[in-house]
Amino acid sequence: MKILVPVKRVVDYNVKVRVKSDGSGIETAGVKMSMNPFDEIAVEEAVRLKEKGVATEIVAVSMGVTQCSETIRTALAMGADRGILVESDVELQPLAVAKLLKVIADKEQPKLIILGKQAIDDDMSATGQMLAAFLGWPQGTFASKVLIEGDKITVTREVDGGLETVELSLPAIVTTDLRLNEPRYASLPNIMKARKKPIENLKPADLGVDPAPRLTVLKVNEPPKRQAGKKVASVAELVDKLRNEAKVI
Amino acid sequence: MTSLVLLEHDANGIKQPSRSAVAAATKLGEVHVLIAGSNIAEAAAKAAKLPGVAKVIVADAPEYDHVMAEPISALIVALAPNYTHLLAATTAVGKNVMPRVAAFLDAQPISDIAEVVDADTFVRPIYAGNGMATVKSSDKVKVITVRAASFDPVPAEGGSAATEPAPAVDLPKNSKFISAELSKSERPELTAARVVISGGRGMQNGDNFKLIEPIADKLGAAVGASRAAVDAGFVPNDYQVGQTGKIVAPELYVAVGISGAIQHLAGMKDSKVIVAINKDEEAPIFQVADYGLVQDLFTALPELDKELGSS
Repeated sequence: MKILVPVKRVVDYNVKVRVKSDGSGIETAGVKMSMNPFDEIAVEEAVRLKEKGVATEIVAVSMGVTQCSETIRTALAMGADRGILVESDVELQPLAVAKLLKVIADKEQPKLIILGKQAIDDDMSATGQMLAAFLGWPQGTFASKVLIEGDKITVTREVDGGLETVELSLPAIVTTDLRLNEPRYASLPNIMKARKKPIENLKPADLGVDPAPRLTVLKVNEPPKRQAGKKVASVAELVDKLRNEAKVI
Repeated sequence: MTSLVLLEHDANGIKQPSRSAVAAATKLGEVHVLIAGSNIAEAAAKAAKLPGVAKVIVADAPEYDHVMAEPISALIVALAPNYTHLLAATTAVGKNVMPRVAAFLDAQPISDIAEVVDADTFVRPIYAGNGMATVKSSDKVKVITVRAASFDPVPAEGGSAATEPAPAVDLPKNSKFISAELSKSERPELTAARVVISGGRGMQNGDNFKLIEPIADKLGAAVGASRAAVDAGFVPNDYQVGQTGKIVAPELYVAVGISGAIQHLAGMKDSKVIVAINKDEEAPIFQVADYGLVQDLFTALPELDKELGSS
């Protein structure tokens, strides 16, 4: 079975992001970029399914600026077989990304698509669910465990207050949560090998999708800053302050 | 303009995050609510009492149990032509269902709004709350999830809305609920608690969370954790407070042995009063704490327990 894994290029999770002084967005010039951490978990899960003999081919897809090919290379070094890059200078929002992925899925006919549960830049948490809708497939979001048997997939989901297990008919969408697995580091030989794996280059127009954003960002502000308060010398003083000054206990 | 809000309910009635979503919807005009599940007459009656709600649509059928995304999104899409805005709280359910609804309606979802500016314009956090983006939607119908911590919930009582049954809709049969394994706890839910006390990597292991429990009981607090503590396997993931876990804004947040990574701060910095207990006085958590105590948590927690018990 073929697995499709969309991967997004985002500001590295260790970078302390800054709001641009003109309020037009987040400073990304000269900032380290990496694969979205939840997408790494998605690639890892696909590679494990291939190692178990469940999956036969893994196709990594990325969308956006030319440099997204580096993100695809990372997926290829982890164990994906080939890549598809949809190049666009227009900002791609989840709706457009899901529409583009739908066309790619129609062509590639994967049995399973694994995505990260959210990208750590726009924090939308939407693409997987939207792609499931466009394809008419069931969705197992926020997965911490997946098990494939025949034409069914059992997904254990992280929900408020615990876990929920659902059974979906394949083909299906899975989005990954933190505890699904711990992604591997690509080894040097695998990084070298990844350079020879093919990446197909496409444009949104090739897929017949209008990628125009529906949300216009009017401005981006810094969140209200908290002031550091005072240090207390002892537990007794802390409890006294909470009781008599803050009046919260 | 009329909004439809998807409600979540349990044995205690309409969940607090859903009541916050209703509060957000009241800023947009008339509010209808949808409540779904089987044998939900009691929950529907409670929904009708929410102040500001004009109509309750009741989808009483076993297919809607556990609010699975596939059937419930089909129902919401069928109801959508009557509404300008479709909302739910940013919970596991809201996040699962609403983007699916949005795709069927060719709309870009507006996730996790913290403010309603006008009918088309909303403020939402990006980059783990390190930026607040004001976004304007050009879609005909707005599909929204609401950050519960940013809107005071409407009270549980005070209204008297009409109820009507949901229309019959063809539902997909490609998903099935198997089981739920919910943490059993007498304590309040993290996102609804007035007080939250969280442990971090400094707790050293899961057993040491027992030091937090008696204090949580005395304060009526929910127990949370940092991602580091979850990653280290001390506690389950549903304890996690932060960008990739739960967003909380209690009246009192106590961070114990938590350094204060950006991703954790994103989940709790809207709390009214923040207390940090950490032996490292350079820990970034002290930069957001109203009250900081530089002390080893293994001496501080027993003292705190004793001090609270002596009142």
